[in-house]
Amino acid sequence: MNAGGLKLDVVETEDRSNNAVRAAYEHPAVIRWCHWLLGVSILVLIFSGWQIFWAFPGFGPKIPQRDFIHLPRALMLGGWLAGGLQWHFTFIWIFLFTGVVYLIYQAASGRYRMLLFTPSDLPGVWPMVRHYFLFGPKPPQTQPYNPLQKLAYTGAVVLGVLAALTGMAIYNPNQFSLLTAMMGGFRWARVWHFAVMSAFLAFIAGHLVMVILHGWSNFISMITGWKRGPEYL
Amino acid sequence: MRIDRRTFARMNRRELLKMTPLIALGAFAVPPARAALLSAGERFNGWAASLWYRSGHRAATYPDSAVAPLKRFPYNYYDVLDPEIDTDKWRLKVGGLVKRPGEYTLAQIQSVPKVRQNTRHVCVEGWDVIGNFGGARIGDFLKFVGADPSARFIYVECADNYYESLDMACAMQPNSLLCYEMYGEPLLPGHGAPLRLLLPTKIGYKSAKYLTSLEVTNVVRRWGYWEDQGYPWYYSL
Repeated sequence: MNAGGLKLDVVETEDRSNNAVRAAYEHPAVIRWCHWLLGVSILVLIFSGWQIFWAFPGFGPKIPQRDFIHLPRALMLGGWLAGGLQWHFTFIWIFLFTGVVYLIYQAASGRYRMLLFTPSDLPGVWPMVRHYFLFGPKPPQTQPYNPLQKLAYTGAVVLGVLAALTGMAIYNPNQFSLLTAMMGGFRWARVWHFAVMSAFLAFIAGHLVMVILHGWSNFISMITGWKRGPEYL
Repeated sequence: MRIDRRTFARMNRRELLKMTPLIALGAFAVPPARAALLSAGERFNGWAASLWYRSGHRAATYPDSAVAPLKRFPYNYYDVLDPEIDTDKWRLKVGGLVKRPGEYTLAQIQSVPKVRQNTRHVCVEGWDVIGNFGGARIGDFLKFVGADPSARFIYVECADNYYESLDMACAMQPNSLLCYEMYGEPLLPGHGAPLRLLLPTKIGYKSAKYLTSLEVTNVVRRWGYWEDQGYPWYYSL
């Protein structure tokens, strides 16, 4: 299987009724580890972030205080502000370390060619959107990832980088004074950090819906690496 | 190449086994392990921040037009808003690794060159405020009392039983003040009269109010009022 110049391992096996079925090794172990570690750390960072935000749920001055939004307390992680900070400051490092390993592995293995959204994918986005949201015809899938998926996953990486940068600007506005200034100052950096969190929520929601729609063999491929009967083979 | 169903199942099981290290994350679900891991993680985070902390790097300062009016400068307190200090009898007890230990009057502290600055105070809750502060650089005061420059920590106690400690790199940072003035006036009781720490490169709760003693030391017995309850100790900004 040739995916954007990248060779995937493909085998022919059989299903329960001994019919021939092809399977592709889509996700090497490193990618699977990274996927689950990043998934867990992003969820921990979001919900401990809600706990931290709860202490001052606004973006303006303290006096007078105007709350922006009250997030559900049941989903907050940490119990109180100090607990939220401990979760956040611990999982930042799991997130950063795993994120760096993920990016290095994608670059070194050349697998990024399968996932990275490039301008040549642009014309393919609208047909996928039309298919998913407007009951349009399904475009033929010839690659492991369609243009809309590439856009989503490339976007998620961009969000991860932005989450780290906006977080650094809030955490150390003096040491990273240039970064904080580029974001429009400390208060705006908090706004951007919150916006990145919201975008992550949207990504996660879309990702989960797609995982459910695409069935068991797609889900299992992120655990064992092998996808049975992929559409593109 | 055709692989029969059993062989393929075995290949899948082998791949599944490779995922078992992820079970280690389950340690975060076990309360005693969780507490140890999160406290270690938080300390690692502080240590990492200490690697890029620059003692000589000035904190951001702002024009007078950016300064919040005094009545809009919030104060947090944990016990009493005004510990009712008699400022005439007040002394700062200085001890530890210093050549001239003793009790210092406010006038003696004010004999150290005064610095005025508009800096940002960031509360751990997330709000921030730019204020005007006047006082002596902690670094200058430490020279004044002959502190050992190789000591690791400053430890302070307060009239409201608050206590706090900080690393020497932050104490020597030029915006770190022994602050006795805000907006050109002596500190108000709510803001820590007669003397407080003002540390623009640390999170708000490190800037202890109502100082009564200051110790230069290599050993800290208590890290800080909030830190001893789980808040980060290092927390530079």
